[in-house]
Amino acid sequence: MDEFLTNLPVFREAIGQTFYIVGISVLAGGLLGLALGLVLYATRPGSLLANRAVFIAVNILVNVVRPIPFVIFLTAIQPLMLVTIGTTIGTDAVTFALSLAAAFAVSRIVEQNLLAVEPGVVEAARAAGARPLSILLTVVVPEALGPVVLGYTFIFVGVVDMSAQAGLFGGGGLGDFAVTYGSQRYNWPVVYITVAVIIVIVQAGQFLGNFLARKALRR
Amino acid sequence: MSHVRLRNVTKRFPRVVALDDVSLEVARGEVFGVIGQSGAGKSTLIRLINGLEAPTGGQVWVGDQEITAMSEKDRRGVRRDIGMIFQQFNLFRSRTVAGNVAYPLKVAGVGRAERDRRVARLLDFVGLLDRAHDHPEQLSGGQKQRVGIARALATEPSLLLADEATSALDPRTTAEVLALLRRVNRELGVTIVLITHELDVIRTVADRVAVMEGGRVVETGTVYDVFARPESAAAADFVRGALRDRPSAETLERLRRTHDGRIVTVAIRDQAGFQTSLAKTFLAHRVAAGIVYGGVSELQERAVGSLTFELTGPAEGIDAALAALRADGVDLTEES
Repeated sequence: MDEFLTNLPVFREAIGQTFYIVGISVLAGGLLGLALGLVLYATRPGSLLANRAVFIAVNILVNVVRPIPFVIFLTAIQPLMLVTIGTTIGTDAVTFALSLAAAFAVSRIVEQNLLAVEPGVVEAARAAGARPLSILLTVVVPEALGPVVLGYTFIFVGVVDMSAQAGLFGGGGLGDFAVTYGSQRYNWPVVYITVAVIIVIVQAGQFLGNFLARKALRR
Repeated sequence: MSHVRLRNVTKRFPRVVALDDVSLEVARGEVFGVIGQSGAGKSTLIRLINGLEAPTGGQVWVGDQEITAMSEKDRRGVRRDIGMIFQQFNLFRSRTVAGNVAYPLKVAGVGRAERDRRVARLLDFVGLLDRAHDHPEQLSGGQKQRVGIARALATEPSLLLADEATSALDPRTTAEVLALLRRVNRELGVTIVLITHELDVIRTVADRVAVMEGGRVVETGTVYDVFARPESAAAADFVRGALRDRPSAETLERLRRTHDGRIVTVAIRDQAGFQTSLAKTFLAHRVAAGIVYGGVSELQERAVGSLTFELTGPAEGIDAALAALRADGVDLTEES
């Protein structure tokens, strides 16, 4: 316990890093995933902006990337990291990879929930003379908002999970801390305290997600 | 000039011909009903009018604009002058009642103050002003359809399309919604095209009707003409279902078991003294006529229906009576 207290500043830093990694990944990955999900929904044959070529291309891309385990994904996109952010290690590298991985997961969640919106509602908007893009953003997305928020919450928990693997690449964060200061030194209290903090973060995120979804669904 | 005109319209889907050479004209200010069983092509037909579907061949006109010759962008403009209501209401659950009604106005770029004013007036018209801030799931089916009607009328269209608008409602609510549609037609002068599979809906609100079967319009005319004297089998089917027209084969068989006389069905017409003259003719030929089946109903405020009689008496007397009635122009059928 004394050792934990001496490492308290490092622990605080680790919490900060986790918030940084998770926050940016959920935000950036969420936005990119939303865009991809909208493209998947709208370009599907028979949909608002049906475009076979685009749909097939994006669909295949998502299908190829999504099943890759995150640890392998991190390694596989290192050339891309070098080109874009100039490094393959550290917090930013991990955040970059995590944002991308989250985006592909989010894209499917968004697509699925948009597909669940009643086609009749889209037809009503078309009958009112609305443009396809406007229908997509002001009708379809609001109609699917509740489930989409729950989907994002699900992704958030997954991102917290994946962020713990960041330590492997010098990414820092709570996962890194738990391994370096905890399990590698057989200091189990450190591991458990770290785990407890992660649980609190996940619970808080889930609670917030449920709250927002309830507001969106008015239930 | 007609408000809606379809000329030789055909719509083929990969596996089915939904519309087969359909031509129709809807006059300005009338309520035009299209009746048919499910799968007759009604839904496709109504969606051609506002360009939600494009035909495979033929032309669709709304007023003096040819929908089928327009770009999608121009069609969107035309749609703003055509309201549409749906069987499942299709309200936006993410918006309030007022938000639903305001939506077409937002699309049309109407400013906020004008929007609020029109939304209030429309909700008042459909009797839901006090529910403006509720969400659709808090409303009953009939109330939802009234919101649908208010939304469809938001841009003050001259044409309203009703796609099975009462099929999801119970009979009482159906009557309320139909009465509201009648007001929309009478008070606001909106032309209404409605599709349905229920004769009662046609009978209650429509002025003229087209009967569809297998993608074709098999009969068109005033509601009275089409259903009092159906020429097509499809129209006759609807009439038999709702008006108790001639007895079916099974009914006839049952009648035969208990009645020995000759069985004759007479079409009832809306003429003063018709039934008295019928009775007098039978009496003059010493024929006893007993009603064994039938029903008389009302279509566009005129009587319509048929009565089936069992005739007993001397054979020559019955023959002479039937001949006399036929000579008088009475529409009668001896059931074989």
